Amino acid sequence: MTAQTVIFYAFAAILVFAALRVITSRNPVHSALWLVLSFFSSAGVWMLLHAEFLAIALVLVYVGAVMVLFLFVVMMLDVNFDKMREGFRGYIPVGATVGLLILVEMALVLIGGYLPAGATPSPGQTGPGYSNTSALGRQIYTDYAFPFEIAAVILLVAIIAAIALTHRTRRETKYQNPNEQVKVSRADRLRIIDMPLEKKE
Amino acid sequence: MGGFDLSLLSQPTLSHYLVLGAILFAISVIGIFLNRRNVIIMLMAIELMLLAVNLNFIAFSYYLDDTAGQIFVFFILTVAAAESAIGLAILVLLFRSVGSIDVEDLRTLRG
Repeated sequence: MTAQTVIFYAFAAILVFAALRVITSRNPVHSALWLVLSFFSSAGVWMLLHAEFLAIALVLVYVGAVMVLFLFVVMMLDVNFDKMREGFRGYIPVGATVGLLILVEMALVLIGGYLPAGATPSPGQTGPGYSNTSALGRQIYTDYAFPFEIAAVILLVAIIAAIALTHRTRRETKYQNPNEQVKVSRADRLRIIDMPLEKKE
Repeated sequence: MGGFDLSLLSQPTLSHYLVLGAILFAISVIGIFLNRRNVIIMLMAIELMLLAVNLNFIAFSYYLDDTAGQIFVFFILTVAAAESAIGLAILVLLFRSVGSIDVEDLRTLRG
């Protein structure tokens, strides 16, 4: 057992436990926090696979941004989550059956296909000066430049869509209406009143 | 060790990572079944599914020595972040108009 093996099993165990707690927690806030833990331990597993850039990106983007968004929304909604858990136990048999079927099928294919000695590909060796981030960056900005820009556009669309969906125009907000400002005429602003001269006593 | 075969617990290989991804995927499928009335937990289960898929991509990328898998994971992360942002925005909108996020209450589109 090398240190890498121990780390793999520790992170895998934490990951599976946290994932189980995500789907069984009574409180969605707890679910979100367990999801943070599972993202974190998954980033550790990715580190073992020499994907340093993606592991850090997962922690920064998911733990730092997406999960905060989840927590905001969960805390903003005033929902009776206990009522929503009615029938939770009733779904356990069918859910567990389908999940176990998926797991067994995948494990049959994977173990049968990759575990026998010789069938397992061995990882490529990288030199001491190898940088995962610069290798990814070089590929993203050359071979995958167009997909990268499409990803940027997708993020822009997401920003605009999220703001447009949730934005509310408030009536008490004061703002200028240029249309009315341009169309204004003299009669709207100025009133000449006829006033008789007052005589001096 | 009492003759117990520890070969499955040895140095992690490609199939160890793939089976971990499969376990994670199965857990999230079960999660969608169990919490099929709570939209928030369903969104979280979808995030877990994407995590399992990303784990497979990265494992193959490492063992086949091809960075294309990691680049694909990069794009999946981008799209998943956009998806959850829009999904949560729709959720907030839904809560404002219906007053509930229970899937059972979302029957106004029924023809």
